[in-house]
Amino acid sequence: MAVIRCRYNMAPFSVGERKRPGPDRRSVEISKITADALRPAVFLEKFPRSTIDVFIEILEAEGGTRCAGITAASVALADAGIPMRDLVVSCAAGKAGGNVILDLSEDEDKDGEADLPVAIMPRTSEITLLQMDGHLTPDEFDRALDLAVEGCKKINETQKEAIRNRYGDDNG
Amino acid sequence: MVMTMVSIVPEITRRSITELIRKGERADGRSPDDYRDIELEVGIIEKAEGSARVKMGNTQIMIGIKPQIGEPFADTPNVGVLMTNSELLPMASPTFEPGPPDERSVELARVTDRCLREGKVIDLEKLCIIEGEKVWMIFLDLHVLDYDGNLMDAAVLGSVAAILNTKIPTAKVENDKIVIDEENFMELPIKETPLMCTFAKIGGELVIDPSLDEENIMDARISIGMREDGSICAMQKGGEMPFTNEEIIKAIGITSQKTGELRKHLK
Amino acid sequence: MIFVEDKNLVVPGDVLADDEYHTGRGTFKEGNKICSSLVGLVAVRDKKISVIPLQSKYIPKRGDVVIGEITDIRFSMWNLDINSPYSGFLPASDVFGKEKRDLSKAFDVGDVLFLRVVDVDEVKKVKLGLKGRGLGKFRGGILIYITPTKVPRLIGKKGSMINMIKDETKCDIIVGQNGVVWVKGKPEMERIAERVINMIEDQAHTSGLTDRVRNMLYELLGKEIEDEEEVPEPDIEEG
Repeated sequence: MAVIRCRYNMAPFSVGERKRPGPDRRSVEISKITADALRPAVFLEKFPRSTIDVFIEILEAEGGTRCAGITAASVALADAGIPMRDLVVSCAAGKAGGNVILDLSEDEDKDGEADLPVAIMPRTSEITLLQMDGHLTPDEFDRALDLAVEGCKKINETQKEAIRNRYGDDNG
Repeated sequence: MVMTMVSIVPEITRRSITELIRKGERADGRSPDDYRDIELEVGIIEKAEGSARVKMGNTQIMIGIKPQIGEPFADTPNVGVLMTNSELLPMASPTFEPGPPDERSVELARVTDRCLREGKVIDLEKLCIIEGEKVWMIFLDLHVLDYDGNLMDAAVLGSVAAILNTKIPTAKVENDKIVIDEENFMELPIKETPLMCTFAKIGGELVIDPSLDEENIMDARISIGMREDGSICAMQKGGEMPFTNEEIIKAIGITSQKTGELRKHLK
Repeated sequence: MIFVEDKNLVVPGDVLADDEYHTGRGTFKEGNKICSSLVGLVAVRDKKISVIPLQSKYIPKRGDVVIGEITDIRFSMWNLDINSPYSGFLPASDVFGKEKRDLSKAFDVGDVLFLRVVDVDEVKKVKLGLKGRGLGKFRGGILIYITPTKVPRLIGKKGSMINMIKDETKCDIIVGQNGVVWVKGKPEMERIAERVINMIEDQAHTSGLTDRVRNMLYELLGKEIEDEEEVPEPDIEEG
């Protein structure tokens, strides 16, 4: 079986206050959950005894970087010719100002009540990433999850478009 | 992927590149004094006070600038600080490993820093806020996204472009306290625009802007930093083999012409 | 039911057909659906549906001929980079028989060889050999790296594409199944062959490639393009 390793890294200039280079606890955790989110989609058995390295560089952060990283990484895996069951697409929903909303910006996340990053394999809607931070009632969670899945499906169209654009659209 | 820290160049590739260069040609069709295509964009990272992305052929570096208020060095109490740092990202090359900066990364940051500092890009004395206590520290980060040779020339060109693009908040002293005015920005005080040219010695000849294939087989490397007036502000020799005096003088001559051409990208 | 057409561009997870069809390479079955596992072009042959990938890594197969570079010399074998996630090894006995000899006298690190994949075991240890016509060490020439899935396109039907490049540039060309191509001729002709091969790699998924390759070769060689290449399509289909 192949091994998937992931490294999520933020550029020092990607955030308001300069970030010191190198991994911290946050980036190590995000690296782990990103690898976990991608792994179910990849046919690992096709590449025994090999390692697939995924490097994610955040050049500018304005909320939702882990979701953007997962979404882009799965497109990059597909682009590399690695066989997969499906693309993986990620998007967060959450609660800010009392409302359940999609794709929290940096400010909404800071002042908001809850953040719920989700990744799915869109064909089956199976969930490969789920984190929650904050406070939600079960009903709010239900609505937020539905919203996140809906958001993921929209972003999945953009993923497919990116792949098609690489090869020109004369074969679409 | 087979992980090797140093790429082993196939013997036949080494020979074909060397033979072409001996004839005054290069594998990608350039002449010995040609740069690859250069693309330079500035102001692309909103979160950074200054930024640039430079591409030299397939080599690609993102440069970001962040200011911070800090203490001056004890021996220069009225001078601001420029800190240059580099990360050779593992996505840029199979020979770059995650982890603390290796010697190549440190060399890149230090040579870039020397060229910018001795080239007097920023008038650092104007970045003093309270003498001996508080000055602006300018952090310049080189984020190497794709490595296809000649990081130094790309890093210096991109850094100067990013510095020219930078606007930092203004800081005032009121009742012995520093007040940062986030509404009014100022450009960094610019004095000079030094640039750098790097040459590889292959088959006894010098070629400018070496590609990765050329770097992998070069005998030696010389980088020359130069101000607009033609004076030299930084040099760095690399590689295992020596240079002759004449070779270095020749490289300086070409640098004075080529830095002029590179400088047009800053306009 | 089929949901795509021949030559459609698909991505991993796209549903291609239901289970009246059979799964070919680049596809997998899930419930009663056949899905793509790759970015590639759909190929439908009778009831078999496949996806021809646009990018791939070389996965060694027994019997393939490959171009490899020696990266390391061990006690009784050479290790080779074969442009793959998997490295290969060439046993010393394949070259020396039972004789004990200094391996670096035969092949050294950096040498490039044309070899056959003799065996691939279940953990993808790749045994290489030199027994066969034309196998051995390259002297001179240049190397070009292409995506392994584009090798058939570079070779063309019965070698038509590669033979055209050989004839026009007067270069010797050897194509490894692993996407490494060796070209040897006059240096300026090697560069022309390199440009043409890179163009084929970029445009392998498009139609009318042979004509474009011929035109590019003629242009680079400064040859006149013959008028007969430009015969317009007849308006009426001939019955």
